[in-house]
Amino acid sequence: MRLTCPSCGSRGLEEFTYRGDASVRRPAADASEQAWVDYVYLRDNPCGRHQELWYHGAGCRSWLVVTRDTRTHEIFDVRNARDVALTERQTDAGQGEIA
Amino acid sequence: MSAAPAQIFRVRSGNGVDTSQTLHFSFDGKTYTGHPGDTLASALLAHGVRLFGRSFKYHRPRGLLSAGPEEPNALVELRDGARREPNTRVTVVELFDGLNASSQNRWPSLSFDALGMNGLFTSVLGAGFYYKTFMWPASFWEKLYEPMIRRAAGLGRAADEADPDLYEKSTAFCDVLVVGSGPAGLAAALAAGRSGARVILCEQDALPGGRLRDESATLDGKAGWQWAEQVRQELAGMPEVRVMTRTCVFGAYDGGTYGALERVADHVALPKDGQPRQRLWRIVARECVMATGAIERPVVFPNNDRPGVMLAGAVRTYLNRFGVSPGRKAVLYICNDDGLRTALDLRRAGVAIAAIVDSRPAGVGGGAQVASQCGAAFFPGGAIADCYGHSGVKAVLVRDASGKARSIACDLVAMSGGWSPNVALATHLGNRPVWHDDLCAFLPSTLPPGMVAAGAAAGVFDTAEALHDGAVAGQRAAVACGFAATLPVLPEAEPTRYAIRALFHALKGVPSAKKAKAFVDFQNDVTAKDVALAAREGFVSVEHLKRYTTLGMATDQGKTSNINALALLAEITERTIPQTGTTLIRPPVQPVAIEALAGPHRGTHFKPTRLPPTHQWAEEQGAVFTANGLWMRAQWFPRSGETDWLETVSREVRTVREAVGFCDVTTLGKIDIQGPDAAEFLNRIYVNAWLKLAVGRVRYGLMLREDGFAYDDGTTARLGENHYVMTTTTANAGGVMAHLEFCHQWLWPELDVQFISVTDEWAQIAVAGPKSRAVLEKIVDASFDLSNEAFPYMAAAELTVCGGVAARLFRLSFSGELAYELAVPARYGDALARLLMKVGEPFGIAPYGTEALGVLRIEKGHPAGPELNGQTTAHDLGMGRLLSTKKDFIGSRMAQRPALTDPARPTLIGIQPVNPEDMLVAGSHLLPQGASATATSDQGWLSSVAWSPSVGSWIGLGFLTNGPARKGEIVSVHNLLAGTIIAARIVDPVFVDPKGERLHG
Repeated sequence: MRLTCPSCGSRGLEEFTYRGDASVRRPAADASEQAWVDYVYLRDNPCGRHQELWYHGAGCRSWLVVTRDTRTHEIFDVRNARDVALTERQTDAGQGEIA
Repeated sequence: MSAAPAQIFRVRSGNGVDTSQTLHFSFDGKTYTGHPGDTLASALLAHGVRLFGRSFKYHRPRGLLSAGPEEPNALVELRDGARREPNTRVTVVELFDGLNASSQNRWPSLSFDALGMNGLFTSVLGAGFYYKTFMWPASFWEKLYEPMIRRAAGLGRAADEADPDLYEKSTAFCDVLVVGSGPAGLAAALAAGRSGARVILCEQDALPGGRLRDESATLDGKAGWQWAEQVRQELAGMPEVRVMTRTCVFGAYDGGTYGALERVADHVALPKDGQPRQRLWRIVARECVMATGAIERPVVFPNNDRPGVMLAGAVRTYLNRFGVSPGRKAVLYICNDDGLRTALDLRRAGVAIAAIVDSRPAGVGGGAQVASQCGAAFFPGGAIADCYGHSGVKAVLVRDASGKARSIACDLVAMSGGWSPNVALATHLGNRPVWHDDLCAFLPSTLPPGMVAAGAAAGVFDTAEALHDGAVAGQRAAVACGFAATLPVLPEAEPTRYAIRALFHALKGVPSAKKAKAFVDFQNDVTAKDVALAAREGFVSVEHLKRYTTLGMATDQGKTSNINALALLAEITERTIPQTGTTLIRPPVQPVAIEALAGPHRGTHFKPTRLPPTHQWAEEQGAVFTANGLWMRAQWFPRSGETDWLETVSREVRTVREAVGFCDVTTLGKIDIQGPDAAEFLNRIYVNAWLKLAVGRVRYGLMLREDGFAYDDGTTARLGENHYVMTTTTANAGGVMAHLEFCHQWLWPELDVQFISVTDEWAQIAVAGPKSRAVLEKIVDASFDLSNEAFPYMAAAELTVCGGVAARLFRLSFSGELAYELAVPARYGDALARLLMKVGEPFGIAPYGTEALGVLRIEKGHPAGPELNGQTTAHDLGMGRLLSTKKDFIGSRMAQRPALTDPARPTLIGIQPVNPEDMLVAGSHLLPQGASATATSDQGWLSSVAWSPSVGSWIGLGFLTNGPARKGEIVSVHNLLAGTIIAARIVDPVFVDPKGERLHG
């Protein structure tokens, strides 16, 4: 398998390590224990498109959000995790203002 | 050694053999001759050798079935000594001068094998015999059954010594990968190559051409192989095209990645100096043309494994490519017109054709015409009902369409059950092939992205059509990569006809079939009866059949047996082949040696050694080293007169406690952290408070995992307003770095902070002991005030040493003594150690190793790796009070779970034997005195122990239920391995200077 790192281009799988589901979000410190148990321990195991975190540890050390088909290993999208997280914050902040 | 017998079966010159040169080789101690271009198979066959090995289970005599990599029978041990290679298929071994091979799985000799009588115990060794026969008593398995089976069954012996040869790994990128150089592959490479696309053409054989070398058919009126040579030369002249022979593409992987094995020096006696024996390729291709051809199927009939029963296409290979006839008088058993070519080729070579047995009814196919051309008896609608000749075919029993049987003498049976497209690569990623009744074959349906099948691999068996199919595939692949490709002009091929009618077995209505074995899987000795038995016992799924009978699970992975087995199972269970299923083929297509997969990554190239900057100096000192992860660290520094390690370590400990010692601590992870939000970031990473750490100060920090358990600890110094340097444990240095990156990039991207690992940039040496300041005063430049007031405990500074060398000084202590850690640029580490020895001499300085380091920290009650074992919490480590309640940090929420702070959890304690002579052993269990040695009485364990010269006793750190509340209590320490129980007292984990006065001295 190969991943196209936004910084480094197409690279072999051996440069990356897998972390897991990129759709879970760290709860607030005062969130319920159930929310924290879900975040720390529970993961879906979807068949098909999956957003997941990968680390380009043997390259630029970027954490990446990879959209992958778990059946075919087709890679649809690779983005810098930091960009994804920052965009989400801006969106959240924007929604906050509207509310 | 006996004299070389003549090559009496070399009946003509083959297109792949250079008969002007003669090579000598030996098989089972006997010397033979052959020629360059021969395989071990063809060279032995030329001498009339028919017996090549004994079968796996029944030790039946076996000869050659095929002429290619699909060979299930003729496996030998090739070479000897450290280069001995078991289970080598003689059909792919290229002959070289001095080659040495021996048969395997026979005792005492190939022609007389004592275990051949296994055939008499067929009822015991049938399908599932592993599961049935050796079930009870269970204790017999290891002692009796398994050794017995291993001796009787099995194949060759692996070499006893390490492989002395070199192996390489390489990566290549291309636009179009063409796998196979038969008519389709060559046409594809030509079409793509002429467009300017980067093309890699891989051919597993030494010569390009595929079946063009095996057939007598012509292209443009010339021999087919001549066109193959001509194309190879044209391709060789193209700068963007690479032709790789002896290279098998063994696997297709995700993202257009292919694995290939290049046998660089397998065809010579020894690799040249520095030359690899094999090279493992990872080929990344945008498009791939799979032109892998097809594999001929045997027919299942009684005693179809006699030496001399061969695939019809293999007979043509031996004749046309190698000039060797596998027999003098042949019977053909076919179900398609392709097999008839064998009769014509044999006839042309002067071999008599006794009979053509054609399973097709009269009037279908060209059998009658060919039979009359060859002067052979013709049996349309016939079958071979049995085969005679213990160690080689002598006759066959032919049953004609009316059911009448007669015996016909022959020494060669050429059979063709039709051709199975070699679709393996197309299925490696889970794409199931589809059965085509008209061709009696599985063909690829959906293919992995970027892959296309062409030629026989796609079911296109006619040469003219295969050439065209390949050219179109090559053209399309090049166009897909953005090249303007056109179709090349292709040579004219003779028309062929296939006209296959399904033929998988000849088992019905045969009088002798009940007793005789009809083999489906030759290599694993699976018979038609085994398949029937498995079906009768309910193993009707093809996957279950495989595992129950071991069919298709040998080193040939069922290349010649899977489809016949599937067809048999379908018939027995009254289903169609598609209803019965198919098994997906997994990589590798051909066996790949583990050495090739390892490549150069052996020994220290697999697990490199990291050396701290003082390593060479420590070697000169006679240090004893220990591995700490990848690092080699000095364990202790023996002096002359010291008789054992404990004496040395105790002396080093006393030196630190009483004078001054030093120890290289470079291996601890060092992470440079910079940015306006660095303090806030540390505050979220560590459990304790970090916002108020002043510049020039160091703080101990504990990290948790998000699940609330302790992860790592260390100190972090604030060197400037926005500049920190963190230390991690040696083992977790890489992991903590990734963790910090994760937290920053994913959890808190808004924080303005950056990190870089500086572990290798700084040599760091701990200088510890009451006289450490006095030593450092000799090194640190005079402008720096080292006094306790100016540079107190937990101070940090950037300064200069030795007259201007940049350095960092931290007043840290792992030993509990007045101590410093001095960091200098790594290139000065060696000089620093030598300097410390010199300026420290008047103070009695001595280096100490990791063992003394461990004793010092145990005496001081500092947790380390054995305590931070991934199962302990801050509370367990006695650091519950560090957990800030005023902030969110990694693990903060989950660490609050009641079960993680329960006082009854085993918690850090010190322990000291009541009798000071009693030795403590880490891993021992702590139980109340008098309690029975059961799990329910277990209350904790010892994690670290040492002989403490300061206490004058063994001491230990451990974890005990309600530990801190039980100081003074005497518990039993159970060492279950040694079977000892000793009494020990629970004490404070800090054994030395509990008030910490020495730290501040």
